[in-house]
Amino acid sequence: MLAENDLSALGTTLRLAFVTTLILLLLGTPLAWWLARTRNRCKVVVDAVVSLPLVLPPTVIGFYLLLALGPRGPIGGLMERLGGQSLAFTFAGLVIGSVVYSLPFVVQPLQDAFTSVGRRPFEEAATLRAGPLDRFFTIAVPLARHGYLTAMVLGFAHTIGEFGVVLMIGGNIPGETHVLSIAIYDHVEALEYGRAHLLSGLLIVLSFLMLLPVYALNRRYRMGRVS
Amino acid sequence: MREFIYRSATVTVALFGLASFQADALDIRVAAASNISRPMKSIAAQFESNTSHKVLLSFGSTGMHYAQIRNGAPFDLFFAADEERPERLEAEGVAVPSTRITYAIGHLVLWSPEKDRVDSEGRILVQSSFEWLAIANPKHAPYGRAAREALESLEIWDVIQRQIVRGENVAQAYQFVATGNAEIGLIAYSQIRRANAETAGSWWRVPQSMYTPIRQQAVLLKDRPAARDFLRFTSRNEAKKILRDFGYEVPTERDAGGK
Repeated sequence: MLAENDLSALGTTLRLAFVTTLILLLLGTPLAWWLARTRNRCKVVVDAVVSLPLVLPPTVIGFYLLLALGPRGPIGGLMERLGGQSLAFTFAGLVIGSVVYSLPFVVQPLQDAFTSVGRRPFEEAATLRAGPLDRFFTIAVPLARHGYLTAMVLGFAHTIGEFGVVLMIGGNIPGETHVLSIAIYDHVEALEYGRAHLLSGLLIVLSFLMLLPVYALNRRYRMGRVS
Repeated sequence: MREFIYRSATVTVALFGLASFQADALDIRVAAASNISRPMKSIAAQFESNTSHKVLLSFGSTGMHYAQIRNGAPFDLFFAADEERPERLEAEGVAVPSTRITYAIGHLVLWSPEKDRVDSEGRILVQSSFEWLAIANPKHAPYGRAAREALESLEIWDVIQRQIVRGENVAQAYQFVATGNAEIGLIAYSQIRRANAETAGSWWRVPQSMYTPIRQQAVLLKDRPAARDFLRFTSRNEAKKILRDFGYEVPTERDAGGK
């Protein structure tokens, strides 16, 4: 049903969303933890910076990434001095862009979850002589599991929906940076409305199926807490 | 208080009415291909200084403009990057019949912002001594199609597939090269041409025999006198001079087609 290059775009998109979500969970956990617990004055600044991708046009992120990844930019220049390959037009470059772009969608649910767990369980655990890491993994993570589910789904789904950043730094290379949203754009531009419909419909169904369990679980969770 | 609200509401409505009436009378809404943005702005400025009309320019890709126009976008004129889209609009009865003209013919160049990077015969392509070559997307962008044809006639299209990055349009292909992310690019000559200054970097003008001429056509979408005037103005000598200064070839009367 799907043409070969559409299939490959689907594969690239899923791979990108998967890698991005994984990295974001690893980076986002300590960041969200710190934001939920700190009394540091800098917190508001970090909060605002984390939320920037929510309000900035993706083209802003894409434009600065393109400059940063280029040989005259800080990241590209560093890569060149280290003898590495340039990151623009590569899958790794897209991952960097997506991590920035989807950051708030992972950090905010985690931060909310950690905040709602509160301090008391940890203080109680501390009196039972549980170490900080132990407390984190046996108390914070299980109690924040709904936050993790929401963070995972939103991070994954939002990366799938990414367009502007990829458009700016991707270079449309099949199997590397040719993702679904770009494929749809190309079909519309080339007047292949049939194929555009097929991919767009697929994305709507996929996204709906991803969001549904999150909201269903959140509802059960909330009702469970009330009763 | 209530009366105040009513009164200001009335004034607001009246002002809006006036504004939309003025827009109707004076504004010409133009959808234009991004590759002609620089000459188009000067042509529009000249036209505005000669008349009381205002030209509102919307730049974008020709494919996207086509889709928007088909779906009722409120443009009076369409300056496309190719002949296919205006032809289609005419055939589909969206454009005003027999108003289609070729307003400019574009040329393809191989360009690098670095001096001496591109040799005068474009051998760098065949030697493939570069990491990335930027082109516009050959699937739908006219300059991308021309780039593909040129690479095919050099018989290297298949060989350098892994070194090609595609911009959505020729403006993006240019941007990839200008930011240094790609070393060279097959782009529009008009993008590197400066009216009164030396062109920066090094370039090779791809021979016309290697690709189908890029004939950029315009068509009238709404039959309004002001829009007709502007379309006519673009084939007058002042406008032609601007287009030539920016590196386009300007069609002779015979090429211009239906008028």
